Amino acid sequence: MRTPPRLADLVPGQSATIGSLAADTGLGQRLAALGLRPGQRVELLRRAGWGGPLHLRVGMTELMLRRRDAARVDLIALDGAA
Amino acid sequence: MSHCQSPVWSAPAGQATIAVLGMPNTGKSTFFSQLTGSHAHIGNWPGLTVDLLQADLDLEGRPAQLVDLPGIYDLRGHSEDEAVVRRFLEATPIDLVVVILNASQIDRQLRLALQVRQLGLPAVLLLNMADEARRFGVSIDTERLSSELGLPVLLVSAKYRRGLAQVRQAMVRQLGPAADPSALAGASAASDAEAQPAPIPLLEPILQAGEAELPERMALLLAAAVRLPPQWRDRLTRRLDALLLHPWLGLPLFFLAMALMFQAIYAIGVPLQEALGSLLDAFGKGVLTPLLSGLPPFLKGFLLDALYQGLGTVTAFLPVIFLFFLAMGVLEDSGYLSRAAYLMDAFMERLGLDGRSFVLSLMGFGCNVPAILGTRVMRSSGLRLLSMLIIPFSLCSARLNVFLFMAAAFFPPLQGGLVIFGLYLMSFAAAILTALLFKGRFASDEPLVLELPPYRFPTLRQMLNRAWAEVRHFWFWARRFIIFGVVAVWLLNTLPLGVAPASAASLSGRLGELLQPLLGPIGINPKLTVALLFGFIAKEIVLGGLAVIYGQADPAALGRAVATDVSWTQAVSFMLFTLLYTPCLSTVAVIRSESKRLGFTVFSVLWSLLLAWLVSFVFFQGAGLLQRLGVLG
Ligand SMILES: Nc1nc2c(ncn2[C@@H]2O[C@H](COP(=O)(O)OP(=O)(O)OP(=O)(O)O)[C@@H](O)[C@H]2O)c(=O)[nH]1
Repeated sequence: MRTPPRLADLVPGQSATIGSLAADTGLGQRLAALGLRPGQRVELLRRAGWGGPLHLRVGMTELMLRRRDAARVDLIALDGAA
Repeated sequence: MSHCQSPVWSAPAGQATIAVLGMPNTGKSTFFSQLTGSHAHIGNWPGLTVDLLQADLDLEGRPAQLVDLPGIYDLRGHSEDEAVVRRFLEATPIDLVVVILNASQIDRQLRLALQVRQLGLPAVLLLNMADEARRFGVSIDTERLSSELGLPVLLVSAKYRRGLAQVRQAMVRQLGPAADPSALAGASAASDAEAQPAPIPLLEPILQAGEAELPERMALLLAAAVRLPPQWRDRLTRRLDALLLHPWLGLPLFFLAMALMFQAIYAIGVPLQEALGSLLDAFGKGVLTPLLSGLPPFLKGFLLDALYQGLGTVTAFLPVIFLFFLAMGVLEDSGYLSRAAYLMDAFMERLGLDGRSFVLSLMGFGCNVPAILGTRVMRSSGLRLLSMLIIPFSLCSARLNVFLFMAAAFFPPLQGGLVIFGLYLMSFAAAILTALLFKGRFASDEPLVLELPPYRFPTLRQMLNRAWAEVRHFWFWARRFIIFGVVAVWLLNTLPLGVAPASAASLSGRLGELLQPLLGPIGINPKLTVALLFGFIAKEIVLGGLAVIYGQADPAALGRAVATDVSWTQAVSFMLFTLLYTPCLSTVAVIRSESKRLGFTVFSVLWSLLLAWLVSFVFFQGAGLLQRLGVLG
């Protein structure tokens, strides 16, 4: 078995399903309010250079998330490679 | 009971209180200003509405007060804004809540409406940005939603004023008939309580109890009443992002856009400013001077050289400010400012800041004061303080004015342009240095999650209103300072009575002399010292001050007078000092009120003074050395 995929490892254009959030309540709530909840599909649109943030799309919302924070979002399934 | 709690705010008897509640960036401010006609500040920056804006409203004969609450994600959330809203709801009797959601993001935002429902507050649900929802292929069955939720649900476009009449009707219906004022006056305490809705003393237990069933309720409602597009349909945003957020084209394009923006503002603004300046000057010389010729010299000097001159300085400023906020408004409203935060975040993270600090510093190039107020969007106090420490180094339009004048007086156009550019670089360098030095002291691990809204076309009307509101705002707070400052400089220069204005015998001359041991080594002579002293109040009065000190009102003549008095190295040293030390008293005042720490405020002022002195010292002494060696002219 491979280790579960991480958000920052997705290829731009690839999407996945969110498994769980390992974030503290403040961040967790904010992520949830922006649509990043377990069971939701998330798509990586692009990554900023130089270790910069990720550009994601969840449902009808697009947002930026730092890689450090993205590491706390666990994915369960990848939906088809790009 | 409610009498133990003092209400945050309450309406006079007979007036209904209506609160506008919604997630950040859903168009609350736009809705608010369209409905009330007041020019509430609007911006495409999540969470910018922080003060509780309120306005009177007449709902078909029923007087009401509309209150714009800060944008929040979750009524149970941990941010400052979320706490503000909770406190407001717990302490204020509310007749109606207008919940505003972004229709195209109803898939996640419906949650907030459900929370309001759980509280049992009388409400109307507005699904704003109906235009975008349609464009993106989101369709919503409002009737179904309305019957399921048990409240009126309306699709609107606040920006394009669509559906606002229906909103008014729905609000009137939900409010029900007005309490008869005569009945109210003679009524017993019991019916009085009936007319005034009681606030909910504690929200959390109610919300917590309802939390578990929220996800399922939401899923059912969405399945029943909402159809989402299978594919993201906003091709415009897609394409623009592919270019503007391009891994290596994004940043150059951003800097190009900024450079063009500043170029355009000053290419249009500076001639306007000069024209306005000469017009006012001509009016003073041609009309006021003959008119006041009968007055005693002291009074005449006070009215003309101090008061009129001070007013002229402020007025001439207005065109550039208007243009600046116009451009800033277009950037914000189009959605590009959030992209700037994305582009700059990698760099800013290394400075202990984030993309938002960058955007705020950028706003600081217009005026530091609103930029510092904007740091409220940050939750971590370390991050906020560090941002407040660097924002004052942004070369604001008031300072630019001084630099444009000095550059024109001392350098040919091409070199002058380079000097200004160098000052911009210095402004960035000072901010970066400060962040690097102090990021350890003001550490932050606040996560950064920002929405990137779709690109939007700003409407001309919205932009003009906004820029106009900012200009009025500037006029109100600045004119007092400026007139006060110019009058004070004039007094310092003319007192004690009988001395030659601004001579060594005048108060200002003596003060300048007193500070020479400190400022002499950086090339600041007594006259320039007085100008700096008043620049502490506001940079806007530096030029007016110089005009009084050198006794020259006409900008060109003033330039020549200054240029014969000091050398070019002194002038550059003066500019560097002006760039780096305290921007103005207002900035200090907002740093104090926002940080709520006197110690930090003092630290910020002292640090900027120290840095200014050091940089000017290195420049002035270094240039002097090079001149002696014959390397520099
Ligand atoms: N397309 C479209 N855009 C809108 C509409 N209403 C508002 N906007 C835009 O949405 C953006 C956010 O509007 P604001 O009124 O600042 O939103 P807000 O909810 O007050 O946001 P905060 O100040 O962050 O709380 C602005 O760029 C508006 O021009 C609308 O009906 N349609």
